[in-house]
Amino acid sequence: MDMLQFPANIAAAAGVNFAAIMPEVILSVIAMALLLVNVFINSEQKAYLGYLSLIGIVVTFFSVVSGWGAPQSGFNNSVLQDNFSLFFKGTFLVSAFLTILITDQYLKREECNWGEIYPLILFATVGMMLMASGTDLMTIFLGLEVLSVSLYVLAGFNRANLKSNEAGLKYFLLGAFSTGFLLYGMALIYGSTGTTRVAAIASYISQNGMVLSNPMLVAGMLLMAVGFSFKIAAAPFHMWTPDVYEGAPTPMTAFMSVGPKAAGFAAFLRVFIVALPAMKADWSELLWVLAVLTMTVGNITALKQTNIKRMLAYSSIAHAGYVLVGFTAGNAVGTAGVLFYMLSYAFMNIGAFAIIVLVGRKGEENNNVSDYAGFGFKHPVLGMCMSIFLFSLAGIPPAAGFIGKFYLFSGAIQAGYVWLAIIGVLNSAASVYYYLRVMVFMYMKDPTEEFDWLAVSPSLALCLLLSVAGVLIPGIVPGTLLDLAQKAILM
Amino acid sequence: MFENVWLIPLFPLIGFLINGFFGKKIKNEAVIGGIGTLMIFLSFLVSCGVLMQLIGLPAEQRVFEKVVFPWIHCGNFKADMAFLIDPLSAVMIMVVTGVGSLIHLYSIGYMHGEEGFYRFFAYLNLFCMSMLLLVLGSNMLVMFIGWEGVGLCSYLLIGYYFEKKSAGDAAKKAFVMNRVGDFGFLIGLFTLYWWFGSNHNIWTINFVEIKAASHLLPYGGVVTIATLCFFLGATGKSAQLPLYTWLPDAMEGPTPVSALIHAATMVTAGVYMIGRMSFVFIKSPETMMVVAVVGACTAIFAATIGTAQNDIKRVLAYSTVSQLGFMFLAMGVGAFGAGIFHLMTHAFFKACLFLGSGSVIHAMHHALHHGHLHDDAQDMRNMGGLKKYMPITFLTFLVSTIAIAGIPGFSGFFSKDEILWQAFANPYHGGLNIVLWGIGCIAAMFTAFYMFRLVFMTFFGECRINPKVKDHLHESPLVITIPLMVLGFLAVVGGYIGMPKLMGMLPNYFEHWLDPVFELANEYGKEYAHVGHHTHALEWGLMGLSVVIAVIGITIAFTMYMANNKLPEKFTSTFPALHRAVYNKWYMDELYDFLFVNPCKGFGNLLWKGFDVVVVDGIVNGVGKIFMGLSAGIRGLQTGYTHNYALGMTLGAVVIVALYIFR
Amino acid sequence: MLSLHSYLILSAILFSIGAIGVLIRRNAIVIFMCVELMLNSVNLTFIAFSKYLGNMDGQIFVFFVMTVAAAEAAVGLALMIAFYKNRESIDVEDLNLMKW
Repeated sequence: MDMLQFPANIAAAAGVNFAAIMPEVILSVIAMALLLVNVFINSEQKAYLGYLSLIGIVVTFFSVVSGWGAPQSGFNNSVLQDNFSLFFKGTFLVSAFLTILITDQYLKREECNWGEIYPLILFATVGMMLMASGTDLMTIFLGLEVLSVSLYVLAGFNRANLKSNEAGLKYFLLGAFSTGFLLYGMALIYGSTGTTRVAAIASYISQNGMVLSNPMLVAGMLLMAVGFSFKIAAAPFHMWTPDVYEGAPTPMTAFMSVGPKAAGFAAFLRVFIVALPAMKADWSELLWVLAVLTMTVGNITALKQTNIKRMLAYSSIAHAGYVLVGFTAGNAVGTAGVLFYMLSYAFMNIGAFAIIVLVGRKGEENNNVSDYAGFGFKHPVLGMCMSIFLFSLAGIPPAAGFIGKFYLFSGAIQAGYVWLAIIGVLNSAASVYYYLRVMVFMYMKDPTEEFDWLAVSPSLALCLLLSVAGVLIPGIVPGTLLDLAQKAILM
Repeated sequence: MFENVWLIPLFPLIGFLINGFFGKKIKNEAVIGGIGTLMIFLSFLVSCGVLMQLIGLPAEQRVFEKVVFPWIHCGNFKADMAFLIDPLSAVMIMVVTGVGSLIHLYSIGYMHGEEGFYRFFAYLNLFCMSMLLLVLGSNMLVMFIGWEGVGLCSYLLIGYYFEKKSAGDAAKKAFVMNRVGDFGFLIGLFTLYWWFGSNHNIWTINFVEIKAASHLLPYGGVVTIATLCFFLGATGKSAQLPLYTWLPDAMEGPTPVSALIHAATMVTAGVYMIGRMSFVFIKSPETMMVVAVVGACTAIFAATIGTAQNDIKRVLAYSTVSQLGFMFLAMGVGAFGAGIFHLMTHAFFKACLFLGSGSVIHAMHHALHHGHLHDDAQDMRNMGGLKKYMPITFLTFLVSTIAIAGIPGFSGFFSKDEILWQAFANPYHGGLNIVLWGIGCIAAMFTAFYMFRLVFMTFFGECRINPKVKDHLHESPLVITIPLMVLGFLAVVGGYIGMPKLMGMLPNYFEHWLDPVFELANEYGKEYAHVGHHTHALEWGLMGLSVVIAVIGITIAFTMYMANNKLPEKFTSTFPALHRAVYNKWYMDELYDFLFVNPCKGFGNLLWKGFDVVVVDGIVNGVGKIFMGLSAGIRGLQTGYTHNYALGMTLGAVVIVALYIFR
Repeated sequence: MLSLHSYLILSAILFSIGAIGVLIRRNAIVIFMCVELMLNSVNLTFIAFSKYLGNMDGQIFVFFVMTVAAAEAAVGLALMIAFYKNRESIDVEDLNLMKW
């Protein structure tokens, strides 16, 4: 679709159109206000910042919901708030909301109860939203950097903890390095098409077919793919993931494994499907390989992990691989699958991390799989929650993870990528082993601990409740959510 | 009633929710067990209603699809949460809810006083719900959900006594092996879906739609691939070669679980699945052959192992594997109706056998507990002579044993004989049919042998239990014996609805009943194989032969485990010359030992120790080891050094760009 | 006047130097400087294209990149200081607590 000629239903505004960035505006204002408030309150009251940011997220969520079905473009076509971006914005807000619910308890335990974390999470969310609605390489880059800079800080947030320092610094160095590749790719695309507008790139290519053989354009596409692959942690650009996820404060790991990954996919999809449809044969080939590598490396390496955070880091790599399967397919079913999967992944993964926050002890102790021995019996309800999350991650019905995977894979099959789907199924069968290992410890080993330090704060309980609902409801009645996802695809 | 079919899986779900969430608070065993049993019994009543309505319809109208709610709709893909009622699913729901109700009732007595009583009933209800989803699902996805659900429940229930390490390991093994099968199922599903979609633009996974479009499927080729994948799923779930080893280990679970899940229902899911998709399977002669050969081999293989076991439940476990082999043999030779028939009769008599063994173990355990003895309550060498202590258990057990051994007049005879006859007479595999039939006959002989060995060792002869505690042996309470009696009764009469036409007393209702389901498959089969004509005399002859075979098996068992008791002493004094011969039982024992027992025992042991433990487990563990090695290798790349990661990224980028620019 | 190609080649060379620097240097600050070199080589590319195409987008992009780089520098140095406080080193070979 040529986006230069606006369809009649897009509120055309060449210049300033705040309606197109309303959620971003609301959230940024709240975040900045919180930064100010933070100065005036003492450390016992930091939790209020959390509550305020939750309110802010809810307000933003209403703005997102109200924008549904009414695309808004603005700022000289550099942002477009369509259903696609709104669906992703919803996903980001959900992940931020769930993360904030589990943050307070963690911060108090680790004695790093600094209020800045809440505005930082909100800023990161703003960055993600910009990435999802950016229709100009500049906006996308800007969003990506707003997100990344906040995440560097969040990863190294516990500044007294050496592991957290290391995670932040590693993430920073490698993230900045990958930004170089992404930018170089953008520069080459700009050079070969003369524009940075996503839609204009597509129309330039369709009018000047010979540019397709220009190595500059191809290299630009590939380098952008490299940059985005870093963000979504696709192999072989995934190697930072386990270290950073292990070292970062647990709630931030939960956040990083969900929101930024979804944002990376949003921008990745937008750029490749809207700007470079003419090169689909090329990039789907590349994505095929990346998907297979990512799934396999993630799952196989996860088999031998003992630290549960690190194990879930590898699992999140594998999940990026599954989502890439749907992306490779590039058809309606596959793309809707990507949207659906990212949202349900937010629920299941943050839910699992909520349990990890709960079981962990001061100084990031008690994070080994073996520390969960007998957990399921000492705390049947919590054990049940964890089992539901693990089943969903493993893709076992009736959890949302199964429906999502089924969708992604059937998208691949409809697009003719049968082998890709088979490799995906094989991988997901192998992944059951390491998820199951946690269950085996939870239910089939004698407890070594009394788990008497566990204290479920109301907000954490709410997080668990929402996550369980978010895993089970779309798993059993996925209709509504799938409808939304289908209305949000870029076709 | 059709409109209310969704109630059938709903009741057990309610039971699961109540017992799962509030069971710990309720505490009262009668209430918990009552709720669990009542829920499944209500399902049984609804199932009866459905069956009645189905019977009332003319044969060709006996298909009904009930969409409970639209589930996944995306583009041209559609999967509803929908249930399919047809003669096949009607049989299955009757078996699941009927046998299920009895086993729930039994469990109230058997699990009395166990810690986690509520947990047991919650899981059991959840299992029933999943199994009902599996058999009622009108598309492969609903079926798959049930398929996974039963696997999960089986895992939870095998590991019920989680304090025992072996229970945990067995549960894990079952789950992993089932997953191997599940991935086969999914790939088969995807293959069919892709083939219909890309070639005929029919994107469907609905059984009715696939059936309607099945004439488009080619013979062999892609159908072979898809069906082999499905069959892999079936071997995992139904414990066939080479994925059967989890089933004997699964006996770590409580006995009612073994009866319900690992004998009567879940393990037959593979057979049901092939029946459900008979019109696809029959289109691949290669797959049919594989199914038949795997079934026959499993039947004889497991039967031989059964002869060398001393644990009462393990004998029954191997027997189950062997009987499942018979069912697959039936499916493989195109005798779908006979296979489902055997599934049903097997559910009756094997559930009865398992529950009977549970009753025995219960009594033994109780007695040994009284005497503070730590003898193995499941070892048949500690039993013997129990018939006078437990007359009801003994009678029902004996009846079921006769049924499984294939003595005319009992249910097992009709179904097993039908399978053997069709293995002989059906034309699909040419000369191989005779071989399959032969293997089946030998397996049937072993079955009669080991089952009667079991009965003789357990109920006859002198009581080998420690005399101190003999007086504490007594019959189990009514809540346990009532299900036994009902199942025992069914084990006798259950076969009469499927009497062979030949006997002529009653028409073969059962096959007629299933005709609408399988007639399409039979039609497809005729495309490449022509039914030969066999005389009635031949059929009578083979039937007689199978009876003889069963009798031989029983006689061997009798000679070995009964006849060598007290008789010799009398002879010793009067006829010293003869004595030596009689003492040595005419040297028949030695002859038997030499001819049958030792080779079999040796073979059984060899298979068990050698093949089972070394080869099968070796392969399964070996694959695991390879992946673990790979895991360690890839982990090694993750050095923790930032510049190595940067190097990895750079290399990745350079390789990708170079490949594209210079190709 | 130099052609577009010269600028592109120069910036490609600078980019590679930066990338190689990231790979072989061990001091976190130097690594970060190498990353800055990469970003600036990209800026050069943007400016060259902008001039060549007669289109201002590239120059605007460069402003954004510079702003972002400044923000990154602030955060990066802060992270390094935090690490230095605990470890008394900013050698990336000392970033080795987590591996495998």
